[in-house]
Amino acid sequence: MSGKHDHDSFAHPVSLKLLFGVFGALIVLTILTVVTAGQPTLRPFGTYIAMAIASAKAFLVVAFFMHMWWEKGFNVVLFFSSFLFAGLLIGFTLLDSEHYQNAIELFPRE
Amino acid sequence: MALAEGVHADHHDHHHEHGEFIAHHFDNAEQQFDSGKLGIWVFLVTEVLFFSGLFVAYILWRSHHPEIFEQAHVFLDKWLGGINTVVLLFSSLTMAWAVRCAQTNDNRGAAILILITMVCAAIFLGVKAIEYSHKWDQGILVRSMFDYTLDHAEPTRPLAKYLHVSDYLIVLSALPALLLVGFLAASGFCAMTGKAVMAKFLASLAITVGGYFAGVIGGHFYMEAQAVGQSHASVGNERMVLLADDKVPGGEAAKAGAQDDHTHAEGAHADEHPNSDHASGGHGHQVRPEDLDRDVGIFFSIYYCMTGLHAIHILGGIAALSWILYRSLLGHWRADYFGPVDFVGLYWHLVDLIWIYLFPMLYLID
Repeated sequence: MSGKHDHDSFAHPVSLKLLFGVFGALIVLTILTVVTAGQPTLRPFGTYIAMAIASAKAFLVVAFFMHMWWEKGFNVVLFFSSFLFAGLLIGFTLLDSEHYQNAIELFPRE
Repeated sequence: MALAEGVHADHHDHHHEHGEFIAHHFDNAEQQFDSGKLGIWVFLVTEVLFFSGLFVAYILWRSHHPEIFEQAHVFLDKWLGGINTVVLLFSSLTMAWAVRCAQTNDNRGAAILILITMVCAAIFLGVKAIEYSHKWDQGILVRSMFDYTLDHAEPTRPLAKYLHVSDYLIVLSALPALLLVGFLAASGFCAMTGKAVMAKFLASLAITVGGYFAGVIGGHFYMEAQAVGQSHASVGNERMVLLADDKVPGGEAAKAGAQDDHTHAEGAHADEHPNSDHASGGHGHQVRPEDLDRDVGIFFSIYYCMTGLHAIHILGGIAALSWILYRSLLGHWRADYFGPVDFVGLYWHLVDLIWIYLFPMLYLID
């Protein structure tokens, strides 16, 4: 546990080439999502395409800007568990909401 | 007493071996860094869950009432949103680069890159202020206050009149203007009294606030260009899109008419779709309760909650960034002590991450 060892043990600077490469990819994906938005030919899938592009961008940011690619396994599991619980929250709310729609529609609007 | 002395001696020893920033309850710099890292990831988990409540509201409303979202999104300018997306992505790049600088003992580089990140954050808020004030002028507010009109509210405040900008923009910009003057004055005073680091720090804050005004001015001229580009007003375009989107029987005619004659378009469109009635709301027409457009306000309730909460996170990010900027100016970072830069960076990337989803969800509905 010498001081010298500590100095280079946990700092892992990411190369500038990789940072700029990721930034370039993010810009390309942003342009792609703006251009594909509202294209009539993609009509029923437009939202899914936009969400897929957003997720690709999110992956790039999390993996490389946030250094998740080199992160300790425990922290990776911890962070992704948040998406699991967010998914549960959204999924169960959606399942449940369907049951009340008829009741809502029974009431006339003011 | 002996114990206390022992602890003190130990503490002193650590100072010597690992530098002044290792808290005495950590064995070494790496353990301190790992603990901080775990802490910030736990915080980010709570942030994801915090926002997921709003995502639930969005998904629920969109799955039950897609038509509201199709009508509402045309009020959002995808180019302004796109520019803001690029600004935030660029700030993420400079943030990641600043972390790299801190890891490689480059405090000067870290300070410059953190400042660029803060300026980008402020530009984002400036563009947002333009978007918000433009909507408020048109009565595009949350559901309970939604009162969309084709006529923009005219500026009433003297300064707003003089500058031909929204009253709301003047209100939003008052505090930044005061801060700009205050930071500049304080920076000058510190420079004169020999407090060089503080002078640099305050000047950086002034530059950051300047970024807000850069965003405001850029956004304002974009809006002006939009208004000039169309024959009447930028809202004309929104109305045309609405007509086209709603597949109104007379939609094509109205669309053609809107380009050369305002009243003609009005007449063509009057033929009938309750869904697009609010487009004519500007002519004294009160929005009828049974009209669908009353619920368009719900989109904007969700929009203001999501983008507002996100903007609060940007403000918090600027505060956190200014702290690590100050410490960069003091030259605190080194290969075995860069944790605060890394942790603030992780938070900043999360704010970017949330915007990456908000942008297509709100601006790019098809």
